[in-house]
Amino acid sequence: MRELKLMKGNEALAEAAIRAGCDAYFGYPITPQSEILEYLSYEADRRTGMVVLQAESEIASINMVYGAAGTGKKVMTSSSSPGMSLMQEGISYIACAELPCLLVNVNRGGPGLGTIQPGQSDYFQSVKGGGHGDYKLIVLAPSTVQEMADFVDEGFKLAFKYRNPVLILTDGALGQMMEKVELMPQQERTFEDLGWTTIGRKEGRNSNAITSLHLQPDQMELVNIHLQEKYAEIVKNEIKYETIDCEDADYIIVAYGLVARICQKSASLAREKGIKVGVIRPITLFPFPYDIIREYAGKVKGMFDVEMNAGQMIEDVRLAVEGRVPIGFHGRMGGMIPSPEEILEKFEEKFIGGSK
Amino acid sequence: MNEKRMLGDQHFETMIAEESICNNENLVYQKPLKALYDTPMHYCPGCGHGVVHRLLAEVIEEMDILSDVIGVAPVGCSVLAYNYLNIDMSEAAHGRASAVATGIKRVLPEKYVFSYQGDGDLAAIGTGETIHTCNRGENILMIFINNGIYGMTGGQMAPTTLPNMKTTTSPFGRDVKTMGNPLKITDLVAALPGTYYVTRQSVHKPVNVRRTKKAIQKSFEYQKEGKGTCFIEVVSNCPSNWKMEPLESNNWMEENMFPFYPLGDLKTPNGKENKND
Repeated sequence: MRELKLMKGNEALAEAAIRAGCDAYFGYPITPQSEILEYLSYEADRRTGMVVLQAESEIASINMVYGAAGTGKKVMTSSSSPGMSLMQEGISYIACAELPCLLVNVNRGGPGLGTIQPGQSDYFQSVKGGGHGDYKLIVLAPSTVQEMADFVDEGFKLAFKYRNPVLILTDGALGQMMEKVELMPQQERTFEDLGWTTIGRKEGRNSNAITSLHLQPDQMELVNIHLQEKYAEIVKNEIKYETIDCEDADYIIVAYGLVARICQKSASLAREKGIKVGVIRPITLFPFPYDIIREYAGKVKGMFDVEMNAGQMIEDVRLAVEGRVPIGFHGRMGGMIPSPEEILEKFEEKFIGGSK
Repeated sequence: MNEKRMLGDQHFETMIAEESICNNENLVYQKPLKALYDTPMHYCPGCGHGVVHRLLAEVIEEMDILSDVIGVAPVGCSVLAYNYLNIDMSEAAHGRASAVATGIKRVLPEKYVFSYQGDGDLAAIGTGETIHTCNRGENILMIFINNGIYGMTGGQMAPTTLPNMKTTTSPFGRDVKTMGNPLKITDLVAALPGTYYVTRQSVHKPVNVRRTKKAIQKSFEYQKEGKGTCFIEVVSNCPSNWKMEPLESNNWMEENMFPFYPLGDLKTPNGKENKND
């Protein structure tokens, strides 16, 4: 039977974590995502025995995740932009030690302490590395409260499939707004010996070590080569995107998350005016859907990238388009959300205004 | 037969063959090779790390908890502890060993978990984690090696460097007016309600080695009973960066470190502070 609820994005995500059979959450309060920690503090332990611990800082949180993820349990943390910055060193260690875990960034406007309003200005941090060294997170970008919930279980599955940290990159608006959400049934919390984990040395094997230290450069390079091969495999298998009204489009807007939904409205307003506009919504930001954007770049007259930042994903759109068609951009910063009308206006300025 | 060849002396060979003293009955010491890899350690001659590693291995074997213990190594000289201890271990980011240990213990509460850190790791960059782990009373053992200097990075001033002590970053001696005072973090954590057993020991003489071993053993027993954080400071030496011969460094430690960091229990289950003789 379908179980429908009206929930905030943050609460839906927290509920989904309990239902996915998550074993532990370590976190620190920060707006606009504190509901995740609050919801779990109230619900998790009494329902599934899931560990919920409020740490003294985001630095402690991510290192608790590092320790717990090394046992092969399903563990997660969440934060918002300044807190994610604090976690980057730990995330780099987790990526190198290949620990499966789920991270959530409810992006707010920056830089600095910034604002508590939504932003997409952590795209570079999320997709291009964030911390030190050559590593990649698998980055999922929900655009609805439903996806906020769905991507938790999906994220854990990807994390364990590739032994790689998975990041849900969402924003303060999706975290705070309420929508209808269909929840998955409660999954059992299960635990198995994955072989490589630090759970106490079993008879018949030598010790396991979780480490990101390889002092000999030839060894460290081998680790890097292995990671790059893994990322190539992820690129091959895991790209997800959505195309909306692209088949007959003369122009395509590329946007992710909340902004993609706003752009759908802009596209339908454009169609009312007789301008055929479609939307490509990348769902995985790493791996990025270069191919589909490249394919459409050969068919349309122009591409338009919209983000709640100064223009970050547009660099990947440019890499995909490879100069085939002109690319326009509209971005709002500092926590401002663009309206469908203003996006259409900027789009028309770029592509239609000239031909008037 | 191997024992004979190792001695490599005809006279002894004959004597041993006659009296056959090399048997289990007469065995007084054996390297704890279940919990310790039979491999050379990278530690400098005279350093205390190797002794503490060995003590951990001995206690783990004697308590028969090999498959139930998980350790956390720091960043510092003991960053490679997992290459020596044949137990499951996690290598933490600088200062975060007790947070990593917390994560492990919370999801595997039935296991024995310990963190192992130096003074820079535990009392400078990781002070926040140290205080809060102890304040939460995480049911783990924290081992703290204090030699008053950054060993691995080559002898810089540590939070526990003594006043007027020369290091590469206090070349004219630690001036407490500008560089701050040495941090007695063990006294600090002893004052927190979360800690159950806090002691300061050393491993420079057999009697101290035995006391440190006893402290490790007691800590694991308390952990089994769920008593809270156990914290063992081991005041140690750093011959290489103190620029002393090993014996000289031990003497210097006795004369200079011990008056500032006196050995003994700071917090015991019966509420008494026991000063070592």
